[in-house]
Amino acid sequence: MKPAAFTYQRPTTLTQALAAYAAAPEAKVLAGGQSLIPLMSMRLTSVPELIDINGIEELSHIHVERGQGVRFGAIVRHAQLHGHAEAREVQPLLHAALSHVAHATIRNRGTTVGSIVHADASGEMPMVLSLLGGTLTVASVEGRREITAEELFIGPLETSLQAGEIAVEAFVPALPARHGVAFDEIARRHGDYALCGVGAIVGLDPDGAIEHVRAGYVSVSETPAVVDLTGCFPDGRLTEQGLKDAADLALTHLEPEADIHATTEYRAQLARTLTTRVVAAAHTDAGARANAEVTA
Amino acid sequence: MTTKLMGEPVARVEDDRLVTGKGRYADDIMPGALEMAVLRSPHAHARIRSIDVDAVLDVPGVHAVYTYDDLEGPMAEPLPLLIPHPALTHGRTQYALAKDEVNYVGEAIAVVVADNRYLAEDAVGRIEVEYDFLPPVVGIDAARAAENLVHEDVPGNVAAVMEQSFGDAEAAIASAPHRLSLDLTVERSACMPMEGRGTVARWDEDLNRMSVWTSTQTSTGVRAAVATKLGLDLGQVDVVTPDVGGGFGVKIVHPWPEELLVPMAAKALRRPVKFTEDRREHFISSAHERGQQQHIEVGFDDEGRVLGMSVKFWHDNGAYTPYGLIVPIITSTQLLGPYKLPNYRVSFESLYTNTVIVTPYRGAGRPQGVYAMERTMDAIAAELGMDRTEVRENNFIQPEDFPYAHGELTFQDGRPLVYDSGNYPEMMRKARALVDWPAFEKFRDEARKEGRKVGIGIACYVEGTGVGPYEGGHVHIETSGKVKVSTGLTTQGQGHQTAFAQIVADELGVRFEDVEVVTGDTRRSPYSVGTFASRAAVMSGSAIALAARNARAKALRLAADALEADVDDLEIVDGIVRVKGAPDSQIALGTLAVLSNPLRYAFDEASRAATQFAVGDPSKPPVAEDDEPGLEGKDYYSPPRSTFASGIHAVIVETDPETAEIRILKYAVVHDCGTLINPRIVEGQVHGGVAQGVGGALYERMAYDETGQLQNASFMDFLMPYVTEVPETIDIDHLETPSPLNPLGIKGAGEAGVIPSAAVFAAAIEDAEGFPITAMPISPSELYALRLTHSTTSHERTAS
Repeated sequence: MKPAAFTYQRPTTLTQALAAYAAAPEAKVLAGGQSLIPLMSMRLTSVPELIDINGIEELSHIHVERGQGVRFGAIVRHAQLHGHAEAREVQPLLHAALSHVAHATIRNRGTTVGSIVHADASGEMPMVLSLLGGTLTVASVEGRREITAEELFIGPLETSLQAGEIAVEAFVPALPARHGVAFDEIARRHGDYALCGVGAIVGLDPDGAIEHVRAGYVSVSETPAVVDLTGCFPDGRLTEQGLKDAADLALTHLEPEADIHATTEYRAQLARTLTTRVVAAAHTDAGARANAEVTA
Repeated sequence: MTTKLMGEPVARVEDDRLVTGKGRYADDIMPGALEMAVLRSPHAHARIRSIDVDAVLDVPGVHAVYTYDDLEGPMAEPLPLLIPHPALTHGRTQYALAKDEVNYVGEAIAVVVADNRYLAEDAVGRIEVEYDFLPPVVGIDAARAAENLVHEDVPGNVAAVMEQSFGDAEAAIASAPHRLSLDLTVERSACMPMEGRGTVARWDEDLNRMSVWTSTQTSTGVRAAVATKLGLDLGQVDVVTPDVGGGFGVKIVHPWPEELLVPMAAKALRRPVKFTEDRREHFISSAHERGQQQHIEVGFDDEGRVLGMSVKFWHDNGAYTPYGLIVPIITSTQLLGPYKLPNYRVSFESLYTNTVIVTPYRGAGRPQGVYAMERTMDAIAAELGMDRTEVRENNFIQPEDFPYAHGELTFQDGRPLVYDSGNYPEMMRKARALVDWPAFEKFRDEARKEGRKVGIGIACYVEGTGVGPYEGGHVHIETSGKVKVSTGLTTQGQGHQTAFAQIVADELGVRFEDVEVVTGDTRRSPYSVGTFASRAAVMSGSAIALAARNARAKALRLAADALEADVDDLEIVDGIVRVKGAPDSQIALGTLAVLSNPLRYAFDEASRAATQFAVGDPSKPPVAEDDEPGLEGKDYYSPPRSTFASGIHAVIVETDPETAEIRILKYAVVHDCGTLINPRIVEGQVHGGVAQGVGGALYERMAYDETGQLQNASFMDFLMPYVTEVPETIDIDHLETPSPLNPLGIKGAGEAGVIPSAAVFAAAIEDAEGFPITAMPISPSELYALRLTHSTTSHERTAS
């Protein structure tokens, strides 16, 4: 478990990094390294050159804009974002989902932007970006551009980043008024990749009726799946039948697959169960926030 | 007065060093050594057509590459079959490097020695091997079907067929008022010590000596193997075990190919060489265990008493049989547990598959045997509508029955299966109290009303521990008064330094802090067997106690002379020998050590007292004819047969009605390992064993696909439980039924915690779900599938 030889650079400015990347299209960008380094050590991937962006101070920011959203740079660790009180307040799904990302030791090193561009549909954060309609900013020597989550995830472990582009920042919008969120997942062991994970966002109208419901799914599709479940709650009330319909509807959008830990049927059952639990929890959260907003 | 330390929860003295990163493991020895990497077979079954190493030789930093063709003399012979048995008619072992054929993914084909492991791995990647593929045999079903053969000269893939019996089981079953049959399976798992295998060797060309440091459970075994295979005299080879980061059985197998190839290369290259196994290698080239299929027939009376039991099982021994039939023999015999069976027959087939070898893993065949018997007890209770604990009690061997012989069965040590002592009814009384068994039915009924599923399981076991042939102890009192103890078996973190020092402190009358223990060093203890079968405390503990008694006897004899007192009037307290009732008349053990060694040369103030013009009767030899210089004692302990520990585990689980997740609500252990040396260490062993048992029952398995590729050869997919998956608390109650077989009354405690896990979890889940659980381990996905299967025919069982 020793990697093959590779060259290594550690630029201290983004400009340097982009120039280096432009000059070495075969290179890989190293951020937290929690996926890349094991792949290299097990020689499952061969990387001739590493560009380590951990020394680039300008990528370490967390900017929280109330009413707007949270922006975080490419070397922000999961643990930093997870523990950021203001970020949690503005978009509580970040904290809720990050609690399920691996273990503390991995969260201390792994970066949220890195997890997003790794584009593993078993990862929590690609789904969170999709569910919230967030964006990723990428840069190259040609300039910067913003990619929506929808455009970003084009296949398993595959993004629409072009050669020479480095992900520099992600943005997730703030939770609007009268909205609530919830996240839950089931893994074989605490901190493992989820067998299935679900995040949900529920919006209420001023009278407390359900206005819209969306759920995002982990580990049951090839790319992060988001399903609009609003139609399952036609009279605006959260009912058992509505939740059951939501679970059934969600499944028509998912492609749970079997592996050594779970059968297709079991993953589907988890998706069903978690849909009902998480949508209900997000609905409760929305009600509580709406009440708090009224009294505040 | 010195406080007695036997039975005290003395804190482990080794922990400070081990948990603060100061342990010194094989990989830490000789940092500049050349490093070895191994080319392992990527195929489960293939003939090797050719191996081309030309591309390796050009790699800078590469010193050597070896294939089978480079092996000479005994190295070119197959590895030893360590424990031959007459029933093992078709035993096979692999070569240190594959000759012509590979039989599992991971089998060593070639090794490269380079400046470092990075370069060695680069070079391994350049070796070209051409294979002719052979059909792989994976799993017990395929082995039994024998449509393909692992070894072409082993018909039916059958390495051994063995049967043992007493009474007439078939007749007893046929005439019994009630009969049942069960079919059960257990899957493979493995030891997974934190530190994998590792070996360092240095050949001293000037002195003609081989020094080997290896992560093993038997330094003497490795020493004999290295000497034999490399054509060296035993006296030329030293084997030392540094700190060993866990063994759990896998490191009793020896010699591993690398344990021979590393010293071979070190001698050939005249440079120190090191091999450090990585985790993937551990998964695919170290040993596995557990995989069995079992068929049970049982006949019993109206009270659930077993009248006859007949068991046939199929044991997956992997591609080779270096450790003989030990695992299935233990299953065959330990299956009987604490029960008195009038008629019993057991037979097994040990079968080859194209997978990693199967050798003892903590529990070593007992978990499977206990699973067979305890599931049978549960089935009997269900059939009769009886309480599960009552059925067990009705079958218990009673305290007055000891020593109790199970017919003429032979145990794994080649000795009759005779239990030395125990008190199973008392153990059950304690277990029922610990888990509040009588209150559970109400709890379960109330939980059911809330839509919850909870269940309780209970399982008993008896564990033959402390198997022979022998171990030794050496106790040396230095002139400083410090006591140096050596025993030959090895330590993998069990707390031997602490436990053995407790024994010596008590036996000798010295301070605990003054005792230092060395294990697993053939320079200090050339005669030894090894650490396995929960034998260290029993074997070395006893030997060390006997050795300490010898040292004490000599100290008292010398002190009686010096103090002009009678030996019977002396006592030793905190390292001082004194006349009872006359505290002024005393002499330190260190001073006696000086006097015990007549000197020509003084080297300090204290030693002047022992020089030739200071002491001695000029008319007698300085050392008497029947005496030896020095204050030391040594002895060996060799038991007539094994001593039998026992225990009962109970677990309460809750299963999620929707997701089928399995949660542990309570885990309780009653444990009898005879006289406790250190209850804290025993409880630590129980905790670790239970955690490992949770892994074996609910998480871990070796997921081979049909081509023989192990799909989960990493800790990402091999689900060893984290601390978050094991019970937060484990309630433990001890029972101490001393063994009459050894001087301290000790029984082994190392493996117990893991033994009943599969049985007790299967029972609890079955109780929660209301349908039979016959295959372990079980995952939520599998439990969900069972629910779907049983949903059409579901009926809730009410037996408890």
